[in-house]
Amino acid sequence: MYSNKVMEHFKNPRNVGEIKDANAIGQVGNMKCGDIMKIYMKIEDETIVDVKFQTFGCGAAVATSSMATELVKGKKISHALKLTNSAVVEALEGLPPVKIHCSVLAEEAIKAAIADYYKRQGIDPEPIVGCSGDCQACHEQQERNEEH
Amino acid sequence: MDKVKYIYADNAATTRLSEEALTAMLPYFTQEYGNPSSIYSFSSNSRNAVSRAREAVAGVLGARDGEIIFTSGGTEADNHAIIGSAYANASKGKHIISSEIEHHAVLHALKRLEKEGFEVTYLPVDKLGRVKLDDLYAAARQDTTLITIMAANNEIGTIQPIEEIGAFARERKILFHTDAVQAAGHIPIDVNGMNIDMLSLSAHKFNGPKGVGALYLRRGIRVFNLLEGGGQERGRRSGTENVPGIVGLSAALTHAASNMENEAKRLSALRDSLTEGILKIPYTKQTGDQKNRLPGICSVIIEYIEGESIVLSLDADGIAASTGSACSTGSLDPSHVLIAIGLPHELAHGSLRLSLGRYNTREDVDNILKKLPPIVDKLRKMSPVWPGNLK
Repeated sequence: MYSNKVMEHFKNPRNVGEIKDANAIGQVGNMKCGDIMKIYMKIEDETIVDVKFQTFGCGAAVATSSMATELVKGKKISHALKLTNSAVVEALEGLPPVKIHCSVLAEEAIKAAIADYYKRQGIDPEPIVGCSGDCQACHEQQERNEEH
Repeated sequence: MDKVKYIYADNAATTRLSEEALTAMLPYFTQEYGNPSSIYSFSSNSRNAVSRAREAVAGVLGARDGEIIFTSGGTEADNHAIIGSAYANASKGKHIISSEIEHHAVLHALKRLEKEGFEVTYLPVDKLGRVKLDDLYAAARQDTTLITIMAANNEIGTIQPIEEIGAFARERKILFHTDAVQAAGHIPIDVNGMNIDMLSLSAHKFNGPKGVGALYLRRGIRVFNLLEGGGQERGRRSGTENVPGIVGLSAALTHAASNMENEAKRLSALRDSLTEGILKIPYTKQTGDQKNRLPGICSVIIEYIEGESIVLSLDADGIAASTGSACSTGSLDPSHVLIAIGLPHELAHGSLRLSLGRYNTREDVDNILKKLPPIVDKLRKMSPVWPGNLK
């Protein structure tokens, strides 16, 4: 079902854990969905110097969050904001269609953490980050299910 | 260096073909390959093999030969029984009673009937997955023509009160079909003692081959055909008989029946050890009826982690299992069975099913119990909702 890359990230996920003195924390998803991703970041000088994740979810959920943290670690916020779910999927060498929404959730989790960073400084994140980190992926999947 | 044995603990999904079944089937591929309907002597042996198989299957169920139809599997048998009887009796009524925990082969056949103007009452189940007889009695109406309730459930192992359901159906002159795909070969079935009118079974669930099953139809009941064609199976199920498959089904079922009590004792003991061992892990619970339960099915909930991840991790450790988590059903909803027994979504996503069978040993159980706890630990450490992680 999954590519070798996805299984690699599932078996040996990168950056698992918490950051005690994180200055950016974002959590997306919910139990109903069956997918929850939490991202911790340490941001200094507009750079994500450290990033960790915790995920409740399937193989794709773990792999996409692991890959997403890899793709933004050590990067500037402006670079991380350009992360798309497609980039995550490509880096993982593909995901089954029914699992694509996990990659969307991973993208939203990264953005939710960055949004939190700005909120903590009293800056409105919307114009910078855009998406509010809502469980868009879940809604889309829900609509698709209702269509059947 | 010893090659570590792969532990197959998903016998509810499918089973390995047994040696007896394989041996029985082999001659019918390249030696006795005649079409049973042909008139020359070359086909006598294959024709007789089908007859003998029919007799044997009837014997195991307590039925007559003429009441057994061979099919392509359990799904076809379910569709034939349900759609065929619904239409054949539509002039008497268009109400059907089923349950919320049936297999998709039953549920989707019923959905199609609903679209075509039939009305279906889906009986709820209690926390253990049992249909409540009072609900059944209350649901039956003058225009009810069919009750279809599975003998035992594939996900949580719960066995239904089939005798009571059959007795009620007989009294009210309503046809009673049971999907016995998980039950046949594992628990005793007596179609007369249990007042069963129609029954579905599938060979690959009791160490027979895939692609073949049987439908029991009580003599005298009205059921339309599903497949039309050359008129095989006394005009009720056209299509050239899958002779090797049918022979394999019969060999497997007869073997299972001959050893049923001993095997059920052996498997239940293994199942219970496995379940007890898993329940020692904190925040776990069993699903399904502890007492009225299929001998091989261990079904549990492991909180704070997700089922597909557990299954993939077990696979990496050489163990095959399954889950009712949403991520593995392809939709956002976890298994309808787990929802029907009242599990909230968050718990349903952590479901794990280990189904033991003929080729599983005590060693397999011990190895699973060695491998599972570290997997649970690793996944919980990674989980944002695990209380051990939260400050």
